[in-house]
Amino acid sequence: MISELTRSVKSLLLWELVKGMRLTGKNMFAKKITVQYPEEKTPQSVRFRGLHALRRYPNGEERCIGCKLCEAVCPALAITIETAPRADGTRRTTRYDIDLFKCIYCGFCEESCPVDSIVETRIFEYHFENRGENIMTKDKLLAIGDRCEAQIAADRAADAAYR
Amino acid sequence: MTETGSLLDWMITGSIIMFKVMIIVMPLMLAVAYLTYAERKIIGYMQLRIGPNRVGPRGWLQPIADALKLLMKEIIVPAKSNNYLFVIAPMLSIAPALAAWAVVPFGSELVLADVDASLLYILALTSMGVYGVIVAGWATNSKYAFLGTMRSAAQIVAYEIAMGFALVGVLLAAGSINLGEIVLAQSGSLLHWFWLPLFPLFIIYFISGIAETNRAPFDVAEGESEIVAGFHVEYSGMAFAVFFLAEYANMILIATLCSLLFLGGWLSPFEGIPLLQPMFQWVPGLVWLLAKTAMVLFFFLWLRATFPRYRYDQIMRLGWKVFIPITIFWLVLEGGAVMLELGPWFD
Repeated sequence: MISELTRSVKSLLLWELVKGMRLTGKNMFAKKITVQYPEEKTPQSVRFRGLHALRRYPNGEERCIGCKLCEAVCPALAITIETAPRADGTRRTTRYDIDLFKCIYCGFCEESCPVDSIVETRIFEYHFENRGENIMTKDKLLAIGDRCEAQIAADRAADAAYR
Repeated sequence: MTETGSLLDWMITGSIIMFKVMIIVMPLMLAVAYLTYAERKIIGYMQLRIGPNRVGPRGWLQPIADALKLLMKEIIVPAKSNNYLFVIAPMLSIAPALAAWAVVPFGSELVLADVDASLLYILALTSMGVYGVIVAGWATNSKYAFLGTMRSAAQIVAYEIAMGFALVGVLLAAGSINLGEIVLAQSGSLLHWFWLPLFPLFIIYFISGIAETNRAPFDVAEGESEIVAGFHVEYSGMAFAVFFLAEYANMILIATLCSLLFLGGWLSPFEGIPLLQPMFQWVPGLVWLLAKTAMVLFFFLWLRATFPRYRYDQIMRLGWKVFIPITIFWLVLEGGAVMLELGPWFD
């Protein structure tokens, strides 16, 4: 009875509404958390999974040995690999395509690679302007690897202790 | 000779009136544009965001950009709609929202039409706004628009009653239905303004005003997940912009009426305070009225930033089962006090 009465008096006095408005009123003067994107950016992890790259050894030899583990593990079936023996008798890829429309950036390819060849870089701001540009060919992937090798190596080194 | 003379007179009078109308409507349109900006900014700040800040310095040109975008867009008329009603509905919606401003006094002398029954006129015109909503939903010939229409129409009608009763309380206390005289009846001091002696009516008027204009937390007409934007889902371009203008013009109107009826209109808040009254004597009454209106509008936005949407049946319950009984009770009490010449409503 009493609680019923206090409840209805409270609701008539809009008590809880006033409490809610006090909270939003306070927040109006609180520090804003907006990140103004093109100028400001949020920090990235060393494990960031962005655009892919194929790495090379320091002597310039490409790492990929065409084992097709990444192709097998890829849950989205985004990777297509064809291999052939090179002149020196080693097995190399003749085709290494990643379809970025299929890729879900899970990082399994990187995880499965025995020679740390296929990796995901920190690049996440990219776009396509023409049909077919979504297919990352071996040349494009190697070029990204060459361009970002310093960052990629630093990230792997920083994370090595936890792998 | 006399014929042309009277025609000339008529034209001069007409153009003077048109000029006066423009003086009211143009700033109103500007105020609507910047109210949308203020809304986005204030709600953003309350949600720890920054709000629009890209177009122009600090985003000041954002409403201009929005208006230009809407102007450029195509007005799509649904194939199975009633074309005639479809086009006329936005006009039905904005005309009362603008016409009501004719009797709003901005100062003791600043009023376009000093009608004796101005409160009645405003009550009549604001009720007309619901036809725009109904006609829009009907003419669209879309089930979602129609559902939205029924919701808003029922809500507007329900809250119209509570609002009307709240106004009856005001005119009982003021002893007049002329808005200017109602304001003057509040002169004395901050405590003589009707917000204090008629506090429950003030709160009810304000909340009903929010429900009338279909603003959050009473904006069931636009349930994003079920019926999108309510009665104006199928409207685009300028036709949509007109509905938008009407909604915000109505909001400003309600806020202005709130300050006129309950917050002393153009009267200075320092009236009757020995030292401050002469200090602020130079401030024109219009400034006080605008400041009060802006404050009420800020409350509108604050409420929107704070509360989740009411459920439809809760809105109806609040309107019919809470507000109307409270106002009727208050009216009886107040009427008795006025008849017996008792304070605080009669002085």
